[in-house]
Amino acid sequence: MKKEPILQIKNLSVSFPSESGRVEAVRNVSLDVYPGEILGIVGESGSGKSVMSLSTIGLLPDAAQISGQIIFEGRNLLDLNDLQMSKHRGRDIAMIFQDPLSALNPVQTVGKQLAEALLIHQDISHEAAIKRAGELLEEMKIPKPYERVNSYPHEFSGGMRQRVMIALAIANAPKIILADEPSTALDVTVQAQVLDLLKRASVLTGASVLIVTHDMGVVAGIADRIAIMYGGKIVEDGPVSDVFENPGMPYTIGLIRSIPRVDSRQKIRLASIAGSPPSPVNLPPGCAFGPRCPAHSSICDQKIPELEPLNKDQRVACNRKDDIAGLVSSGNLYPVEPIVEIKKSQSRNVILEVKNLKKTFPLLKGQILRRRVGSVYAVDEISFSLVEGECLAIVGESGCGKTTTLLEIMNLLAPESGRIVIFGKDMAELSKSEKLAMRKDLQIVFQDPFASLDPRLPIGEAIMEPMGVFDISKADQEKRMQELLSLVGLNPLHANSFPSEFSGGQRQRIAIARAMALNPKILILDEPVSALDVSVRAGVLNLLSDLQKKLGLSYIFVSHDLSVVQHVADYVAVMYLGSIVESGPVNEVFNSPSHPYTQSLLSAVPVPDPKVEKFRKRIILEGDLPSPINPPSGCRFHTRCHVKQQKSPEDQAKCVSERPTLQAKRSSEVACHYSS
Amino acid sequence: MTQTTVQSLSRRQLIRRRFFRNRSALFGLICLLFVTGLALLGPYLTPWSWNLSDENGLDFNAFAESPYGAGLTAPSFDDKHYFGTSQVGADVFAQTIRGLQKSLLIGLLVAVFSTGIAATIGATAGYLLGKTDRLLMWVVDLLLVLPSFLILAILSRWYQSSGWLLLVFLLAAFNWMITARIVRSVSMSLRERDFIRAARYMGVPTHKIIARHMMPNMASLLIIDGTLNVGGAILSETGLSYLGFGVKAPDVSLGSLIAEGTASALTFPWLFMFSGGLLVITVLAISLVGDGLRDAFDPGSKSKKMS
Repeated sequence: MKKEPILQIKNLSVSFPSESGRVEAVRNVSLDVYPGEILGIVGESGSGKSVMSLSTIGLLPDAAQISGQIIFEGRNLLDLNDLQMSKHRGRDIAMIFQDPLSALNPVQTVGKQLAEALLIHQDISHEAAIKRAGELLEEMKIPKPYERVNSYPHEFSGGMRQRVMIALAIANAPKIILADEPSTALDVTVQAQVLDLLKRASVLTGASVLIVTHDMGVVAGIADRIAIMYGGKIVEDGPVSDVFENPGMPYTIGLIRSIPRVDSRQKIRLASIAGSPPSPVNLPPGCAFGPRCPAHSSICDQKIPELEPLNKDQRVACNRKDDIAGLVSSGNLYPVEPIVEIKKSQSRNVILEVKNLKKTFPLLKGQILRRRVGSVYAVDEISFSLVEGECLAIVGESGCGKTTTLLEIMNLLAPESGRIVIFGKDMAELSKSEKLAMRKDLQIVFQDPFASLDPRLPIGEAIMEPMGVFDISKADQEKRMQELLSLVGLNPLHANSFPSEFSGGQRQRIAIARAMALNPKILILDEPVSALDVSVRAGVLNLLSDLQKKLGLSYIFVSHDLSVVQHVADYVAVMYLGSIVESGPVNEVFNSPSHPYTQSLLSAVPVPDPKVEKFRKRIILEGDLPSPINPPSGCRFHTRCHVKQQKSPEDQAKCVSERPTLQAKRSSEVACHYSS
Repeated sequence: MTQTTVQSLSRRQLIRRRFFRNRSALFGLICLLFVTGLALLGPYLTPWSWNLSDENGLDFNAFAESPYGAGLTAPSFDDKHYFGTSQVGADVFAQTIRGLQKSLLIGLLVAVFSTGIAATIGATAGYLLGKTDRLLMWVVDLLLVLPSFLILAILSRWYQSSGWLLLVFLLAAFNWMITARIVRSVSMSLRERDFIRAARYMGVPTHKIIARHMMPNMASLLIIDGTLNVGGAILSETGLSYLGFGVKAPDVSLGSLIAEGTASALTFPWLFMFSGGLLVITVLAISLVGDGLRDAFDPGSKSKKMS
């Protein structure tokens, strides 16, 4: 059955000069792509995955030094000049970029852009090209395709734009489609649609698809084969089911075990890979994964392992590949630790309560006389409460109002309408000094650790900053800072280093240390791991759960990532367009979701297990999130609801006209007229 | 967990390296060092004093060597009048050095003051927004539409009698507005950054946030702007002095020297050539250094030049 490869990458090395030395982005990589297959290339930031895919299409900057061969239809693509290469681009090899907004020209209609792509490579009339553009949009399931060809990119939503990009990529029936993080910028429910279409595109054109991603879950469902990259090299490749079931490289094993799974029934402590990914400027000698590898031995520092067959289809680059299986089965590699359940206080003290919180942003119009023409309903009448020592998760897609809710709490001001009560005190009645005292007990950790630390402040001082607000002596501050650094697993000797000297995971630890400085009772976590590399996420998540256990903290955890929420939360509230549609204990909500939105959200989350993915029934939502400026009447979800569609017209009318309220159901609450 | 510190260059090292790789910036820096050195060491290189006419009566030798009639000698090393002498027999070299000192000092002080004002007002307006912002920006707009040169000329009678420091303050007062607007817009984007928000949620008071977080993060902008302001201030000062509204006799600045020399520029070129030349070199050098600093701090602003 072995077919001839359509694209062969042979001993490809790419490096760039930089201020701090040579960046070895890709090191001696060989890879074959077979016709019609979907190949996933998985790696963390800096692993060289994007550079490798860009070199295939000849889009690397001039400064790049490339060696090796990329053979396509008997020709070495690296020998071609830009003009010759552009004959292949689009016609033979097409590209789908991560950010569809910047990949489309904002001042031209999408029809024109599609027609342009067609006219370059095909000898057809302009009218025929425009007509074909409409057909392509139709194939990508864009509603009213023949009208939408005249729309500009800004008139499309993110998911729709990515569909246009896919249509653009398949316009000339290419043999290879490169997709660089095609779904990373999209919401979960939209991501599911786009991945589906990508698969469809591959079937329609018979093209091979190379999906470059950092998300193991994405490739598990869609790819036939995967290649794992680390430190500029492919460290493992093979059929997707083999690699997931029987990974041979310690990095792959760690990666698979470190991802929380939304379908896991019991909580196991995540395996965490020590350290953080190496900088491509300064790779360790020998195996790049060596310093982080739990199976590290002396040979790993000397010999750079090359890909060698592990079994029939699977190849692994590991110096100890024959010992790994034994180590795993004996439990010496990433041992499984069960989570020790902490005894929750029976009293269930509510320490933070939000009641009917509402926040609107005015929509202004006019240059001189600014009139209010409408409101954006960012948060619309939501209520929830946080119990001492528990973790409450707020889940939802972007724009659902979860971050606005957090900021409303953190502002410690009286909300527009509704009440926020923290430790029994109403925010509306707080005096200035009480407010300052409240800051002590309520701290926040932001999403992006690169933005949340002042680049000009040594980390020690950053951690001491909250203590400086209160009267704490300098010596005590220093002492506490040292404690905190060791608490979050960093070396206290690095207190004088600047944030730029740390990796993302380490920075997030610093941000957590800073938030912990005053021994807060409530920690608000705004997507604390979503900006981090996959292999360091588990470490931060484990740290957070350790801290909670050790210090009895209460968390409000905001995330769009349901698998992370499943792992950390005790209680979950699902938000859609500014209101809570379902809330309840995490096990109940995740195992038997009642609201149609929760159901579809859960089914859209990719599970990093090809077996489960292949047989999972998916509910793929149609359309995008409606605009919060003009939310749908009645139930906000009715425009996309799959349950509503099966109801009789009278029942459907109720969804459109009447807004459901949260009704108790078992121990959760659901806002749906027809919840199952 | 073992710490793997990234062995990359620190930001400061990177900036230094980028700056020194820039040839024109390096040239500017050398010129600037030369001019500053000349201003500081110049008085020790010549036996003559800039205000010779005052010492005339006291130092008979000096008077003997350069009587009134001996004025307007061409530059020569023999009698140590390196730049020649003026109509009254004063040493042009000594005068030029004195003028250079004054102009550099005024330029530097004006730049420091105006950048300081701009940073404080711009950052306050950009961070607080609302009413404060509207009031401060109203002041900025008002000052921008005022014809500063004219006002300085009218006020000159008053400040010329009370010393050159007042001139510095007035020049600074009319020089900070554009920078303040830039600083304001930078602050507006900085205040939305998470680390500023984090500080606010920690309860750090406003003035501390501005001083500790906003200012250091705008340092590159302020340094570049301050440097370029020095050049601008020197030009405004010399312009005023040239027209007689700036530094007034008996004190000299490059501007007043050029003004004195222009009348006989064609017949006795040394009277204005040296002061004029030094002015051009100084301002050019400062601009080159300022541009070099900008490129070093923010390589993105430069057109693709890197190999």
